[in-house]
Amino acid sequence: MAKRISEAERQREAVDKALKQLGSLVYDQIDQGEFPWVMMQSRSIDNIQYDPHARQYILGDRMVKRHSRNIKHIRPFTQLVWTAWFARELVKQRKTSTLREAYYSARGQRDIEYTDQQESDNIITDLEVALNKAREDFNIYPEERSAIFGDITIEYTVPGYEGRRTNLTDHPDGIMVGPAVTSSEFIETTANKILVVEKGAMFTRLVEEQAHKKFNAILIHTAGQSPRSTRSIIHRLNKDWGIPVYIFTDGDPWGVHIAQVICSGSANAAHLRGLTTPDAKWIGVWASDIITYKLPTENLTDFDKKRLTELQADPRYNEDPWRKEIELFIKIQKKAELEAFSRYGLTYIVDKYLPEKLGAPPAT
Amino acid sequence: MTQTQETEYQAVSPSDFFYRNREIAGFSNPSRAIYVGVREILENSLDACESAQIPPEIYVRITELSSSGGENGTAVYLLRIQDNGTGVPAEEIPACFAQVFYGSKYTLKQNRGTFGMGGKMTILYGQITTHKPVIVTSSTGDEIHEYEMMMDIQKNQPQVLRHTTLANEKGWCGTIVELQIEGDYPRIMSRMIEYIRQTAMVNPYADITFIDPKNRLYRFERGTTQMPPVPLRVKPHPHGIDVETLRRMLLITKSRDMKNFMMDQFQGVGPKTAEKFLAFAEIKRETKPPNLSSDEIVKLVRAAKDFQEFYRPDPSCLSPIGPDLLETGIRKELGLTEDDFIKTVQRPPATYSGYPFIVEAAVVAGPTVRKIGQGITLYRFANRIPLLFDESSCVTYKVISKDINWRTYNVQQETPLVVAIHLCSTKIPYKSVGKEFLADQVEVEKEITNAIREAARDLRIFISRSVKMEKQKHRLNIFSKYLPVIAEFAMRLGEKTDMPNIKKLLNEILVVNLQEEEEENGNGEENGNRVLPPPEEETPEVELEEEKIDGKEDK
Ligand SMILES: Nc1ncnc2c1ncn2[C@@H]1O[C@H](COP(=O)(O)OP(=O)(O)OP(=O)(O)O)[C@@H](O)[C@H]1O
Ligand SMILES: [Mg+2]
Repeated sequence: MAKRISEAERQREAVDKALKQLGSLVYDQIDQGEFPWVMMQSRSIDNIQYDPHARQYILGDRMVKRHSRNIKHIRPFTQLVWTAWFARELVKQRKTSTLREAYYSARGQRDIEYTDQQESDNIITDLEVALNKAREDFNIYPEERSAIFGDITIEYTVPGYEGRRTNLTDHPDGIMVGPAVTSSEFIETTANKILVVEKGAMFTRLVEEQAHKKFNAILIHTAGQSPRSTRSIIHRLNKDWGIPVYIFTDGDPWGVHIAQVICSGSANAAHLRGLTTPDAKWIGVWASDIITYKLPTENLTDFDKKRLTELQADPRYNEDPWRKEIELFIKIQKKAELEAFSRYGLTYIVDKYLPEKLGAPPAT
Repeated sequence: MTQTQETEYQAVSPSDFFYRNREIAGFSNPSRAIYVGVREILENSLDACESAQIPPEIYVRITELSSSGGENGTAVYLLRIQDNGTGVPAEEIPACFAQVFYGSKYTLKQNRGTFGMGGKMTILYGQITTHKPVIVTSSTGDEIHEYEMMMDIQKNQPQVLRHTTLANEKGWCGTIVELQIEGDYPRIMSRMIEYIRQTAMVNPYADITFIDPKNRLYRFERGTTQMPPVPLRVKPHPHGIDVETLRRMLLITKSRDMKNFMMDQFQGVGPKTAEKFLAFAEIKRETKPPNLSSDEIVKLVRAAKDFQEFYRPDPSCLSPIGPDLLETGIRKELGLTEDDFIKTVQRPPATYSGYPFIVEAAVVAGPTVRKIGQGITLYRFANRIPLLFDESSCVTYKVISKDINWRTYNVQQETPLVVAIHLCSTKIPYKSVGKEFLADQVEVEKEITNAIREAARDLRIFISRSVKMEKQKHRLNIFSKYLPVIAEFAMRLGEKTDMPNIKKLLNEILVVNLQEEEEENGNGEENGNRVLPPPEEETPEVELEEEKIDGKEDK
């Protein structure tokens, strides 16, 4: 356990140093009578590529110079320097901040005006790219809504909790995936699979039906598109302990994509590693499930159809089951939610559907 | 069924006529009444000073006497206007101030007043709304005469209630008119002040003091004591004559025949022209003027309009302000500085229907004008009187909004600009008796257009230069705002002890070549080709303009 803490400490010091270096760099540039600039990889769309080898989106080779010499760049440049300073204060003081708090802190600052939070978030992403670090390394987190539950023991590294352990079955509502869980060390687990669902209601149902015991699983709900921290946890559990990951989403193009992002990441995080789980399996709700289980359905909207066509054009959907299921969605023009299984009773999903999909009888 | 109504015949005196039709003289409502009232008396004062080449010193005071006076929020005001002009000879005072169509400005020379009724209309309106007499105090340099008078409206005769003669130890010369009038001042307040301000603008040698009903003092100091030359009195031009005037002239003339009549009574007609013209009009030159028949009178007037060989009307009866004085007036009233652009021009004399006229114009732009507002602000003057109402019906408005292509001068829709136009003539082509806007006389419109074009000629360069300077200023503002913040946080982030020096960078901004700036902007407007992927867990990335740098340079 001491190993994990010192590992975290080493990481913290590296980030602190990188931030300080950025300050010195800018300072020296000004001091030498030069308009300060920072070089970073371009995040424009034409520099984001899918790397079949890494099985995720990555940034290309094109570099951009954020230059304070340019009247249009000087404001974002100022915001970048301020954000770096803010991040370093967080790291030094061992405090965390949400993206929203970072935005409001900036608004309290003279001349660092942001039009909206999006602008602030964007500058934080710039800082990630410039220093090749994730925002979590700067102690900046998104607002959390996702949760985790299951027999896994973790050990906290956050100030005041260093070394403290907890089992993630301790709280029947599950434990929110926040900075503390994200930065903790994973000690031990009895689980042999991870079940990821996109909705809180289904997560609660699974906990209630003791799915973690029945399937010997760790349960995670992503609350829609999964936050990076959740993806990072899934990645770690899968990579470090080799636990297989199964994803259940609504049977519609949006659910499909939630699953895909867990597998191969998002273009917005193309500059980051350690967030993807290429071997995770999307196992439902498939278009074919709709037919097999005669699920109550709704018609696809125009918006849904357009989205499906977009997905077809994405290289990550070239393989099955993605390709086959998307074609089938288009063919049947129907979609179904996870809750649709309730037509066969509340426990049907745990008793019937999941065992069939996981290819194993429930371990009663 | 039908009842025969008895038709009553009665003669209406001129004052009675105007009493019944006061709207046409501008007294259409309580707020307008007090505005026109001040205007008429003030203009008489300016005329009186100018005709003697005395730089005017005018004092205007409006005092509220009782607010319960009228029904609709109107009040009774005491108007007092004092000047240092010629004064009015004692025996002329009653008629000049209480008899309509009596005055000294019927001759052909440029005056503000022309009809011999303006001042009286104010007095008349004051009298019918308050039943109070007017008090006129005046001196031509001898004793001071004070008259308290009412107008006998039906008889069009002054009724003197009191005449006092006072000693004039200091040799004061001038006139004070004091009268009561019902009106609505608050409604017209801004126009009133604007009127006086523009009067001061177009009469830069006048010193005007105004005290409003709230006892607020407005001072308009003169910018010069130099006055434009007094216009000369001239004979009428044949082009401008009408049947009635000609008939009167023929009756009273002492000329023995028509040839001499033409030479004596009209400007620019010598023996040759007189003979040629009479032949053209088919009138015998030896005819005695009073013997001309009605048909011949009409023929003569028509021929006078068609005959092309008269000299152009003599402009010496005109009194333009001149480019220098106009500039002085505009500069002082707009508070222009070195950084502003002003160009004033005076066009050569021209004529319409036998009346000479001169157009003067000014075009103003720059930082001071920007404070006035966006787009074109138009100042209109006729014989040194500001015209404030009905702008959009005025020919000047037509010229600036239709005839001039402002793009030629780099002027955009919202570019702040002041255009001032002064028309002087022995006969201003007013479209209505209210004297507020000019009719679209072709010749006048053309001259106004020419005047503005001439004044705007150098505007193009000024505007493009000031646009560049604005941009430069904006740049400097941006950089002086952000650079210190970058410096401060770089210092704190890098744990340095003191602020790096940003002076050098700011200096560099000052001398930056604007060309370069434009290129930079062009370069900044790249990208926008966002296709895949659509929004995911984070809000979509907003691309900032970036300078593209090719190559694998890594940091
Ligand atoms: N302040 C004054 N000083 C000297 N003379 C004056 C003054 N006010 C009026 N007069 C004389 O009284 C006359 C009548 O003035 P009034 O305003 O009634 O007519 P007007 O000025 O001749 O023509 P208009 O109707 O166009 O104003 C003037 O022509 C002028 O001779
Ligand atoms: Mg008058």
